[in-house]
Amino acid sequence: MNKEPGMTVIVKTVTRLTVGIILMYGIYIVMHGHLSPGGGFAGGVIIALSFVHLMLAYGKEVAFKKLSMPVASVLESMGAILFISVAFLGLVGGYFFFHTLGKGEPFSLLSAYMVLFSNIAISLKVGCGLFLVLITIALAGKEIKK
Amino acid sequence: MTDINVILMLMIVGSIIAVETRDMLSCVVVVGVVGLFQSLAFLVLKAPDLAIVQLVVEILSLVILLRVIIRKEASEPQHHPDYFPMLVGITLSLLALLFVHPILRELPQFGQPVMRVAKEYIENGMKATGATNLVSAVILDFRAYDTLGEAVVLFTAVCGALIVLRKTGRKKKGEPETEA
Repeated sequence: MNKEPGMTVIVKTVTRLTVGIILMYGIYIVMHGHLSPGGGFAGGVIIALSFVHLMLAYGKEVAFKKLSMPVASVLESMGAILFISVAFLGLVGGYFFFHTLGKGEPFSLLSAYMVLFSNIAISLKVGCGLFLVLITIALAGKEIKK
Repeated sequence: MTDINVILMLMIVGSIIAVETRDMLSCVVVVGVVGLFQSLAFLVLKAPDLAIVQLVVEILSLVILLRVIIRKEASEPQHHPDYFPMLVGITLSLLALLFVHPILRELPQFGQPVMRVAKEYIENGMKATGATNLVSAVILDFRAYDTLGEAVVLFTAVCGALIVLRKTGRKKKGEPETEA
């Protein structure tokens, strides 16, 4: 009946309702990585899973519209650069990975700046990296079938 | 103490089913169940960070495995009952257990680790870094070098996957390239 790629109407409706919440939860896990359980890796994987969710339910094209492959690749490299620049920023204070950014007030969102920025960098890296890996596997399957 | 034992027993049962089952799809599903129990075990052992990571990575790897299985139309593994390798394996495991047993008795009791290095982190972690989640403080501040190495490993893995699995060659010079 439906010629467009993707799964059934039920899956599409549920995806439309939940995918934003999953993305928000991933961002929450990243931003609160220094306060509560979680962190850059777990949050990054959840962010990647939200795009994978979109891809499985609606097909590749819709997911590419939200996060295309060149953009994901650039974001992944930016995560790596941000992390290494946090590390090099430590050279100002003395040595590699020295926390020169300050500690802030404990239990507040903007505290432990080094951990916060590292979490954001790692989440960018992990999220975009895993999304790229899954996309590549999906595209490789297409190539073989042709 | 009993709940962790129950979880470990279920994990062992799941692993045996995953090895012995004929259908690849049910094998993948059982592997996912084992991963879920692993996550529960981390939660029972009071490591919520690890439990979250294990759960989400398990979901992602399950999706990847399912895609591979469905695309490739994987054939069933041939099942030849061959008892000699099994016998050798069991004998070697028992021998290893025999030799390792004196060392295992010297280990500290379950739940009472020797904390020489970690004690310093637990006492001064929040004061030194300002982060209230001690796990984040350790992996991103005290031991940030390890995280840098992990990031390099991930970067290399993604590069390798993209190089090996990309489309054969580029179409045109002027086309925007889709590879990383």
